[in-house]
Amino acid sequence: MKQLHELTIKEVLDGYQNKDFTCVDLVKHFLARIEKYNSKLNIYIALNEKVLEEAAAIDKEIIEKGITRPLQGIPFAIKDNFLTKGIVTTASSNILKDYQPQYESTVIEKIKAAGAIILGKTNMDSFAHGSSTETSDFGATLNPWNIDKLPGGSSGGSAAAIAAQLATVALGSETAGSIRQPAAWCGVTGLKPTYGRASRYGIVAMGSSLDSPGPIGRSVEDCAIVTEIISGKDSKDATTSPSLVEKYTENLYAPDLRGVRIGIVKEYLLAEMREDVKNLILDAANKLRLLGATVEEVSMMDPRFAIGVYTVIQRSEVSSNLARYDGIRFGHDRDTFCDETKRRIMLGTYTLSAGYYDAFYKKAQAVRTKIVNEFDEIFKTYDAVIGAVSPGPALSVGASKNQPMFGEMEDVLVEPSSIAGLTSVGLPCGFVDNLPIGLQVTSNQLKEGTAIKIADCFQRHTEFQLFPDLEKTV
Amino acid sequence: MHTITVTPDEVKKIGKLANLKLQSDEVTLFAEQFTKTIEVVNHLNEIDTEKVDVTYQVNGLSNVTRADEIDMGRVLPQETALREAKKTHNGFFVVERLIDSDAEELI
Repeated sequence: MKQLHELTIKEVLDGYQNKDFTCVDLVKHFLARIEKYNSKLNIYIALNEKVLEEAAAIDKEIIEKGITRPLQGIPFAIKDNFLTKGIVTTASSNILKDYQPQYESTVIEKIKAAGAIILGKTNMDSFAHGSSTETSDFGATLNPWNIDKLPGGSSGGSAAAIAAQLATVALGSETAGSIRQPAAWCGVTGLKPTYGRASRYGIVAMGSSLDSPGPIGRSVEDCAIVTEIISGKDSKDATTSPSLVEKYTENLYAPDLRGVRIGIVKEYLLAEMREDVKNLILDAANKLRLLGATVEEVSMMDPRFAIGVYTVIQRSEVSSNLARYDGIRFGHDRDTFCDETKRRIMLGTYTLSAGYYDAFYKKAQAVRTKIVNEFDEIFKTYDAVIGAVSPGPALSVGASKNQPMFGEMEDVLVEPSSIAGLTSVGLPCGFVDNLPIGLQVTSNQLKEGTAIKIADCFQRHTEFQLFPDLEKTV
Repeated sequence: MHTITVTPDEVKKIGKLANLKLQSDEVTLFAEQFTKTIEVVNHLNEIDTEKVDVTYQVNGLSNVTRADEIDMGRVLPQETALREAKKTHNGFFVVERLIDSDAEELI
């Protein structure tokens, strides 16, 4: 029989339904695991002190009315850039080290309305500026598969929380890679929704034309369930899409992928990529063919150009967004920003300043158009494109130090889709050196259902969604 | 393609624009790092964008408006709004004097 930390959302709800265990049992089980492993892995940076009370209330509700909500009593790990009323929200930065949010982010409101309970807040790169968690002012998170390795980032704590099975499901956010890359390095599943599909309201802003909140979980199924709940128009975020939210869960359990057309991007199999990583991606393509999909090689712009576009757009938006941290209305002085944050603000200030705006900012936004157009063209023929999430497995602790472009370089394969605002599922497709490798399935804007169908079918017909034995690794 | 060097003086100027105090070792370090970053960005000039429009917004929405009505759902009570501030006075935030101050002119 499965242990409580090994259950998917559906399995937890079934357990409640059958009275196999209560929400308090489940929460206590996770708290005991957190107590045992968190000091080493540094995944949670704050715990919800009221979680047991909240769990007891859920149990009462279930006894009285049964299961009435889709996330009733589901314990979540939340990236610390989501404002959570009653729990300090720091974005892993000293400037917000004791900030008590005055309001709740829309996504948190939505999961709570669906019955979710929050176990705690997870570590991340400071202000989400990085791909390793090493820029966190509270120390790096370690990879549950191998504690000499990084979990990736910026949602590294949330991805590690799922890999270490310290929560049923987690929330992360992605500007370019921050859900998919840590999910890949930790060997779990993550879904980056279309830009504007889920509200950014109440999420500590990084790149406002890119930021997309999304789930990290133990299966595509769990990610689909959560995405369906967090998506939708929000009057508090003018960039949210008014289009109706599809029932993403209806795309699950497809028996095969007949009729699905998939492109495998030639340029994403980088020359310097390890052969064994490349082979896992080609194996995944073959598996998709066996499932009935047509998989053909397609050609796109060298993804390395996306690094330049992303760097300029993101730094510029960071520069504007982080101007609000003045230490007057909330938070501490600007002196408390870490070096990486200062660097990003300043580079953005530079690219937006008189004399450089056209050369850098406008140029980047023009190349962005080319990337958008290229994807538009591809999606006329294909339902999705696939590739590796990251050029290799998790890198060693310390790898990002003195590498001001670390994140951009590591995220080269996920930046183009983020720049174009697309949706993408990242999921494990094998192992090298006992470390997981991630596959990305990217579909057009608002085509979450298509990416979910492909990724879910792949996941159900493969056995790559595995979890480390912490007794051995930690 | 010509290289762009970001000088320590430029870093100091950007620091002022961004309202960040920098140590002298940071100025030299950042100048060096920014030069390297700009070198990566400069590869974009290999792409011809002469006839290409810019994209600021990717999901096609524009001019999203709302009714000009007070929505209590997005209004904070005064004490809540002030709760996280270091200094308050009579229900207001206290800010440093910026105009006609003795401090050196910012830029």
